[in-house]
Amino acid sequence: MYDVVIVGGGVSGTSTARELSRYDLHVCVVEKMPDVCYGTSKANSGIVHAGYDCTPGTLMAKLNVRGNRMMPKLAKDLDVPFMQCGSLVVCTEEDDRETLTKLYEQGVENGVEGLEILDKDEVRKKEKNIADGVIATLWAPTAGIVCPFTLNYAYAEVAAGNGVEFRFNTEVQDILKKEEGYCLITNLGKIETKVVVNAAGVYSDRMHNMVSDHKIHITARRGEYCLLDRNASDLVNSTIFQLPGKMGKGVLVSKTAHGNILLGPTAVDQHYKEGTMTSAEGLETVLNLVNRSVKNVPRRQIITSFAGLRAHEAGHEFIIGEVEGAPGFVDCAGIESPGLASSPAIGEMVAGIVTDILHPAEKEEYTMSRKGILNPMTLSVADRNALIGENPAYGNIVCRCEMITEGEIIDAIKRPLGATTLDGIKRRTRAGMGRCQSGFCMPKIMEIMQRELSMTPFEITKCGKGSEWIVGTNKDKINVQAGGNAHAGI
Amino acid sequence: MQEYDLVIIGGGPAGLAAAEAAKKSGACSLVILERDRELGGILNQCIHNGFGLHSFGEELTGPEYAKRYIDRIRDLKIEYMLATMVMDLSEDRVVTAMNSENGVFSIRAKAVILAMGCRERPRGALNIPGYRPAGIYSAGTAQRLVNIEGLMPGREVVILGSGDIGLIMARRMTLEGAKVKVVAELMPYSGGLKRNIVQCLDDFGIPLLLSHTVVDIHGKNRVEGVTLAAVDEKGKPIPGTEEFYSCDTLLLSVGLIPENELSREAGIALSAVTGGPLVNESLETSVPGIFACGNVLHVHDLVDFVSEEAATAGKNAAAFIAEETLRSAGEQGPVIPLLAEGGVRYTVPSCIHLLRMPEELKVRFRVGAVYKNAYINVFAGKERVIRRKKMVMAPGEMEEITLKKEWLSEKTDTITVTIEEEEI
Repeated sequence: MYDVVIVGGGVSGTSTARELSRYDLHVCVVEKMPDVCYGTSKANSGIVHAGYDCTPGTLMAKLNVRGNRMMPKLAKDLDVPFMQCGSLVVCTEEDDRETLTKLYEQGVENGVEGLEILDKDEVRKKEKNIADGVIATLWAPTAGIVCPFTLNYAYAEVAAGNGVEFRFNTEVQDILKKEEGYCLITNLGKIETKVVVNAAGVYSDRMHNMVSDHKIHITARRGEYCLLDRNASDLVNSTIFQLPGKMGKGVLVSKTAHGNILLGPTAVDQHYKEGTMTSAEGLETVLNLVNRSVKNVPRRQIITSFAGLRAHEAGHEFIIGEVEGAPGFVDCAGIESPGLASSPAIGEMVAGIVTDILHPAEKEEYTMSRKGILNPMTLSVADRNALIGENPAYGNIVCRCEMITEGEIIDAIKRPLGATTLDGIKRRTRAGMGRCQSGFCMPKIMEIMQRELSMTPFEITKCGKGSEWIVGTNKDKINVQAGGNAHAGI
Repeated sequence: MQEYDLVIIGGGPAGLAAAEAAKKSGACSLVILERDRELGGILNQCIHNGFGLHSFGEELTGPEYAKRYIDRIRDLKIEYMLATMVMDLSEDRVVTAMNSENGVFSIRAKAVILAMGCRERPRGALNIPGYRPAGIYSAGTAQRLVNIEGLMPGREVVILGSGDIGLIMARRMTLEGAKVKVVAELMPYSGGLKRNIVQCLDDFGIPLLLSHTVVDIHGKNRVEGVTLAAVDEKGKPIPGTEEFYSCDTLLLSVGLIPENELSREAGIALSAVTGGPLVNESLETSVPGIFACGNVLHVHDLVDFVSEEAATAGKNAAAFIAEETLRSAGEQGPVIPLLAEGGVRYTVPSCIHLLRMPEELKVRFRVGAVYKNAYINVFAGKERVIRRKKMVMAPGEMEEITLKKEWLSEKTDTITVTIEEEEI
């Protein structure tokens, strides 16, 4: 029996796991995909919001502002790419000035520091490509950008390093209340635990509703994005928002933590919780709307598009707490934007609730930090050559677009909770995320996976079972049909 | 820092032919830097025949064609380094590269030849909507898996784009036992060579749907099908024409992009049309002493022409090395720009230094649409110097003209290449 089972390996679940890993507790993260970072946490804007959007007094406001304050040190401790580049909310209509002012006041009330309303000339000094129609902006210097994948992996690796178990490919199908704690029925058997943390993202309503009569409903709110080549990196310096509407923060233009440019997202509510498809209308909407805030967006530099699902709850508020009538069942639901920014504070809060239930002692030894995958680009030539001397794999470039070496890919596979899928390698190392979108490096990465993971090519998947890349060998079907004559049919 | 006369970046067909020509033209010390584990570049995975008709007068496979050049490189004792990635190229011709054996190292070169080739345009660049499952491959990636690794990427295939690699892969997948259901092409004409349409599609009964595109990709984990739709003149899908094709694989052959990240870092001016460097009559880029040839310069249809162009670049680079001091001393003479007009998308070269021009100079270009019984006109200043009738010209087939030095003088202010359609 576990002390705590966390359902969901996104940023909320793994941040909680990391916080709990300092205690003398038997903790397990259950994830239906083959890796952490497979749901909302893998497809979002990567923004560490300053905290002016949230309604004052809400949990969202509190956790956003706290998460934002925690992020600079946390990113250092976890070796996660993070830049405090600031954000701008642009106003293009005289009538909207009031809304901008309201946003400013709201931010001040939430405790956001450094907010300023800038007139158009001041903005142009900061951002050369700001759209001509922009008349004023709200400047928030504490906003930033973080690599959402790396943050998620880092939380999980720290937790695993301190002894938290991870069960992948494990889907929770039912939750039964027991005399002491809960029994989770999964596709891979039963799991018993004293405390459940429900961090199941778009499925957190399903988990909650298994144990509570007070039902909640999470809507999958799809957001589509376009990603631009790093060649377009100079387009903007900070994250540029439009005035928020009732469907969220609107379409933004931002650098990513790795210097790409991100455009999006749209916001479309849907029932289907696996519906991460993009649409022609959605992508067109993104490309049209960005022109309101930023000019000279180079469409030719688009290298990919994708969609993510926000876990939207009707009240637009984080639902965090022990569920009434279900002692030991802790919700961490409705975590939509600013969920990523809030994730350090969410982990802290949920862990606090859990420790209030279980009263564990702190471990004698644990560490809350980790070293990420070594990026040889950050080394001096001398250090890099010393590294290659020690381990020649660091001299072999596998992904030519992002300049990722074989050494980094092996590290991604061999480290705790290492990658087992092509997506896992891509998100840990960026190999395949560049302008050729893995066209050149994919066969090479498959070769490394075969060697390092003792896999056959037929076992290599994009994202777990059912997403195999290779279906057979040349002429294998011809052989079968023609009774062994490989030349039949030609 | 090591010093060489000439560094050639890329050991594919362009790099090999450039190296051979440079060596034979007197460049003493040269080295080819190749990022793959073998010389020959993409030819190694092109196991079909049809290469070498122009250069050797016979039909070779890709690896055979490559081997002929690799043998010459070995005979000439030209140095090369494999599994070596060039990380940086500076304007003053310092090449920084890395491999497992030597680590990071720099070479100062008197001249550099860019021969990095091109890459395939990925799905994302087209903004094709739908899911992002396994089973979407660029045609060249699939070609590598099938032809080099012997692995089948799928059983039922739809191909988007009728570029040559897509056409070749339609045939290859069929031969290996897959069912190729259809090739869809956005444009009203194919982007590939006519002979490939006949030999790779028609001969196998594979339908080619012109003016069609993929409007949806189905399947969350692995491709389960695609929806095709007809498009209007602007390339926009026409509502109501959608048709679902069940398949487990989508191959993309939707264009090649010259790979010029290094060139950009070196401050080399690039053409907005080709994506390759702007070059003069010597195939020299805007940075003196840095030359370009092959698919990094502009995407070719036939490797024979890559080799020919690369040999020119090699010869010119050798001449540059020999004359460097002389040239920097001054006498540049007039520079005549080449203008691509009236249906001509670009020309290579895009300008000519009259003093350095050979007696005859090949100019290559592509047209932007299909032309039947049209004329290629070339004007030196206002005077027409070439008028040549062509039965068919298409964007998928590169055109070529030969300029004679005798037609030009110091007074020639421009050279214009243009297409004239016959009055009907």
